[in-house]
Amino acid sequence: MLTKNSSEKKRIAETGGAVQSLSRRNFLGYIGGASALLFTAAACKKDDVNSDDGVNLGSGDPGILNYAYALEQIEAAFYTKIFESPFSGITAAETSLLGDIRDHEIAHREFFKNALGSSAIPALVLDFSSIDFASRTSVLAAAKTFEDLGVSAYNGAGKLIADPAYLTLAGKIVSVEARHAAYIRDLISNGTFADSTVIDANGLDMSRTPTEVLTMASAFVKTKLNASNLPTS
Amino acid sequence: MNVQNIINEIEKADPEVYERLDGRRSAMKNFARFSGKVALAAIPVAFGSMFKKAYGKGTEVTGIIEDTLNFALTLEYLEANFYIKGVGTAGLIPAGPGVGALTTIRDHENAHVTFLRTAITALGATPVTFTAAQFDFTAGNAFADVFSNYDTFLAVAQTFEDTGVRAYKGQAGNLMANNDILTAALNIHSVEARHASHIRQMRKARGASVKPWITGKDSGIGAAVQPSYNGEELTTQATVNIININGLNISAAAASEAFDEPLTKAEILAIVDPFIV
Repeated sequence: MLTKNSSEKKRIAETGGAVQSLSRRNFLGYIGGASALLFTAAACKKDDVNSDDGVNLGSGDPGILNYAYALEQIEAAFYTKIFESPFSGITAAETSLLGDIRDHEIAHREFFKNALGSSAIPALVLDFSSIDFASRTSVLAAAKTFEDLGVSAYNGAGKLIADPAYLTLAGKIVSVEARHAAYIRDLISNGTFADSTVIDANGLDMSRTPTEVLTMASAFVKTKLNASNLPTS
Repeated sequence: MNVQNIINEIEKADPEVYERLDGRRSAMKNFARFSGKVALAAIPVAFGSMFKKAYGKGTEVTGIIEDTLNFALTLEYLEANFYIKGVGTAGLIPAGPGVGALTTIRDHENAHVTFLRTAITALGATPVTFTAAQFDFTAGNAFADVFSNYDTFLAVAQTFEDTGVRAYKGQAGNLMANNDILTAALNIHSVEARHASHIRQMRKARGASVKPWITGKDSGIGAAVQPSYNGEELTTQATVNIININGLNISAAAASEAFDEPLTKAEILAIVDPFIV
């Protein structure tokens, strides 16, 4: 929020290092005058929660839980949309198991929502316009993307979690996402449940950082997400 | 990873870091030998080892990590030897996609053995070693036809995979002191879950009543493997009741499927004990 553009960055730098340790409110009082007016105008284009920097996921373990909540929102909404008008040629087995996956993702989403309570981010505005829900190929390709992405996201987030109980909870969910991923992959092409596009020569699955994951997910999310306060190690 | 930056950071806290590293030339030599040999993913582990050697034999926390990795290695030996024997047994696996799938899984389990041995060695500990002769995959004749009846073989495979998932999940907390090791273990954990999903689909295709995920505590196999599934029926997570959560239609079956459950080391060892001679 303190770095709207380069001229402001420069101005902040010129006011000295002490500014960096001040809260924003104090900062506005400190620099005063015209520059404060400029800054205020830039910072208040939107309301505080949903500023230009996007919805802030937060810091620490709640931040990681919000990160997971965001991903589960995407998955749950995607599978819910599949059942609004199932793709042509969907089999009874697919209807049953894709329905299971939808329910699992809804369970994950609602679990995080309840666990986070007042710390939860709002419902995201999603954009699935790139997916042709009438096409089995298009739907399963998207499902594969979401499930593999989810697995790599949880794998990468594990080390960012401080509380062992939350680490175990993430573990309880990621293996279910991996089961989904394998099933979807086998639906697309039997035997690709753990092929070399996701598993390396050491037999290890992928892990991705929140930044990598959110960049990939941003194609499906209109709400801007701000991961800048998430732990990095 | 910028090694020089890391050393510079350490130098701020410990001005004698260069002396320590230089004073332990063997540690540096070990690292050099390592980085030439091991796959890229293991290098952070090897790098950690260099510092550990430079700073002397570590703390109890490191002991927990070494013990945990040797526990994981034991399970990987069990799985690897199981698939080596299964894939190598003429007439067991019918021609078709099952051959490729089980070969893929065998190769992953072998890779896990190699990776864990490398990681444990890099931490300065001694990896456990098992030979084929140390396993009895009939579990004292509980699965007498495991290598002559494909359905029995797949049932044992499913049990091993689902059990492996629960084992890694239960140990994650013990690896939190080492981010690289924790991440590697998580990356193995999800591979085991992918295997479990596929084996379950293979069994489903042959008429077993199973889905890629675990419903309640149903094994779809029988009482012999029940300890590997007990506890999976949980429908409350961190005091949140998942059934019909927030007024949404989530059945008890779906609520249990949506979360896989961990097992303790003692529970896992009791499960695999009949398979180890």
